Amino acid sequence: MKKHVKSKNAAVVKFADIQIVDNQQFRKDLAALIADNCRLSALFLLPRSGQNLILAAVSDDSDATIQLFATPCQKEFASLTPDVPQAHWFEREINELHGIEMPGHPWLKPIRFVPKDNGKSEVLPGVTNYFEVSGEEIHEVAVGPVHAGVIEPGHFRFQCHGEKVLHLEIELGYQHRGIERALLRSQPHQNLRLIEVAAGDSTIAHTTAHAMLLESLHCLKTDKNAELVRGVALELERMANHTGDLGALAGDVGFLPTASYCGRIRGDILNTTAVICGNRFGRGLIRPGGVSYTVDKALVATLLERLALIEADLKSAIGLIWSTPSVVARFEETGNVSKEDALAIGLVGPAGRASGLPVDIRCSHPFGAYKQHKPELPVGRNGDVFWRARIRWLELKESVRLIRAMLAEIDNAVVAPAYSSPAAADSIAVALTEGWRGEVCHVAVTDKSGGLAAYKVIDPSFHNWYGLALALRNQEISDFPLCNKSFNLSYCGHDL
Amino acid sequence: MFNILRARLHQQYRTYPFPEKAPVLSPRYTGRPQIKTSGCVADCTACAKVCPSGAISRSSEGRPVIDLGRCLFCRACEAACPSGLISFSKEFSMPASRREDLIVNSESFNTARALPEEFRKLFGRSLKLRQVSAGGCNACEADCNVLTTPAFDLGRFGIQFVASPRHADGLLVTGPVTQNMKLALLKSYDALPSPKIVIATGACAISGGIFRDNAEVNNGIGDIIPVDLYIPGCPPNPWTILDGMLRLMGRI
Repeated sequence: MKKHVKSKNAAVVKFADIQIVDNQQFRKDLAALIADNCRLSALFLLPRSGQNLILAAVSDDSDATIQLFATPCQKEFASLTPDVPQAHWFEREINELHGIEMPGHPWLKPIRFVPKDNGKSEVLPGVTNYFEVSGEEIHEVAVGPVHAGVIEPGHFRFQCHGEKVLHLEIELGYQHRGIERALLRSQPHQNLRLIEVAAGDSTIAHTTAHAMLLESLHCLKTDKNAELVRGVALELERMANHTGDLGALAGDVGFLPTASYCGRIRGDILNTTAVICGNRFGRGLIRPGGVSYTVDKALVATLLERLALIEADLKSAIGLIWSTPSVVARFEETGNVSKEDALAIGLVGPAGRASGLPVDIRCSHPFGAYKQHKPELPVGRNGDVFWRARIRWLELKESVRLIRAMLAEIDNAVVAPAYSSPAAADSIAVALTEGWRGEVCHVAVTDKSGGLAAYKVIDPSFHNWYGLALALRNQEISDFPLCNKSFNLSYCGHDL
Repeated sequence: MFNILRARLHQQYRTYPFPEKAPVLSPRYTGRPQIKTSGCVADCTACAKVCPSGAISRSSEGRPVIDLGRCLFCRACEAACPSGLISFSKEFSMPASRREDLIVNSESFNTARALPEEFRKLFGRSLKLRQVSAGGCNACEADCNVLTTPAFDLGRFGIQFVASPRHADGLLVTGPVTQNMKLALLKSYDALPSPKIVIATGACAISGGIFRDNAEVNNGIGDIIPVDLYIPGCPPNPWTILDGMLRLMGRI
């Protein structure tokens, strides 16, 4: 295997240092790294000095590095997926965006149904060939894009035998807003707002990754206090969503006490974020160089006070799940994803951990406050709804501990000053953060004047939607809402 | 069983007595902007330059004008204005019945009117809504969802989010309406029995928000279906949404 450039989380790498190898070597090296327990964090096509390159960012959890390497790509590119299943969704994206044929790909079709350039022409997402199972007693169920709840749109196509789901195919793209394209033509202050709404329930995770990239490209120093505030905000985001999910899971099995309490407690946690920045989702809190709001000792005291109340309420509300056998029985052995499957498709975040993969960017590629404050990493056993719920609860408790530890160290966080230093030219940087759904990956590539030449946003949902499809295999179709909620993936984060 | 009862006692009764009492918001909450009418520096465009969504401009009378339908409430203009004309108040109530009412150029604001009498007879005590997310980022959706929790208890006002447009009296739309969701939105609207109402929630649904003029989206729902109530914000606070609904029903 060739020696490829190893980058650290959000470190700047000169583009010229990236080895461009031939297709054979690229395939061999990628397969070898993935076999060695590395993960494919990004794979995308990049037009660069007159040719198209396919660039891979491979995260190595054992030494906190990200390997970068590239290969030229013609009109046709032999699919990597048969050797590296983690590449399957990335290759579909490349095929859709750039029209590259990928012979050997098992299921090459659009993932977002991106409207053609003239935009206003009628496109019909979801109108496509679906994987079909045939037979006398086989029937097909189509759900969406508009669902029954207050939830984002997506289309689910089930192949069923009686109640049993043989296969689920998920078609997304209804939420495609063109964020990655807009990032290249907008001003920096607009880009920050675009990133905030890439997945509106993961604002802190995405803006932190974006800010980390800009900080390295522009050589900005972040204050330790600001990093702690970011850490607190990220853990609050995790707590709010995990609480909401546990409540919704309880609701989906008809256990109303936890469902009702968690809905409200989630609001209390969001309001705690609003104590810091005025916005429940952390909009406007993070900016390159630090944060946009001051946090002093008095505010820290307020936050600690709120946290204590929230912690007590959570213990009372969520403790009920584990002490109620009828709830636990519905969670157990529902929607299993085996460790082997999780590893093969590259599951990230709580879903990956539930299946037994010890993946967490806060531990493997620590950033900001997590360099000092490492979370305990809970790992589940059989990747069922129970473990996806249980992991969330264990993480919630850990988040409370982390927030306390981080708040204790904050002296006085001040507003980060505006910056005017130019960005490093002809460079690339990859930033990883751990959002509540898992690994958030942002990649920025600059041109010779330091302007953005490419920007990729990879939400954890991009990796995990296929995990939901696998979880449904051989399940009853009535278990779909429960399985879906146990993943609770982002539609807009996938569709961007 | 005892655990459940103990938890019930611990969690207490938490429904907030809105609208009788004003909600408690974060001291850093950003509410409706107010604009002083004199003192704007000639040829100054500081506020417009920093606005990420193009919501602010200088009117012909020579003062800043904010389109709340596009505003993200980021306060950049407030910090940029050299004469301090723009300030964001703590006022969370800012629903509007007409698009033009969202144009703020002074300290006053035209709050939404109640539905006409014949509509109020039908919907004033029972309003069933179908929510359609058409490119929403899940923040507006989350702040609608939270209204169904015990803290807000939407049901006590007779308002409910229902599972099908055929069961609904109105649509509550979020998101800029992506090209890929336009057809589904129109079909949902058509499936509603008449008479029906439409609520545009959040900057995206009202104007396209930060995505305005992206080829991949429409600029909100205004050109696609008729709108009865605009609720600005990015996302609007849940109290802002609830306040808008109650004003529409004539209950505030």
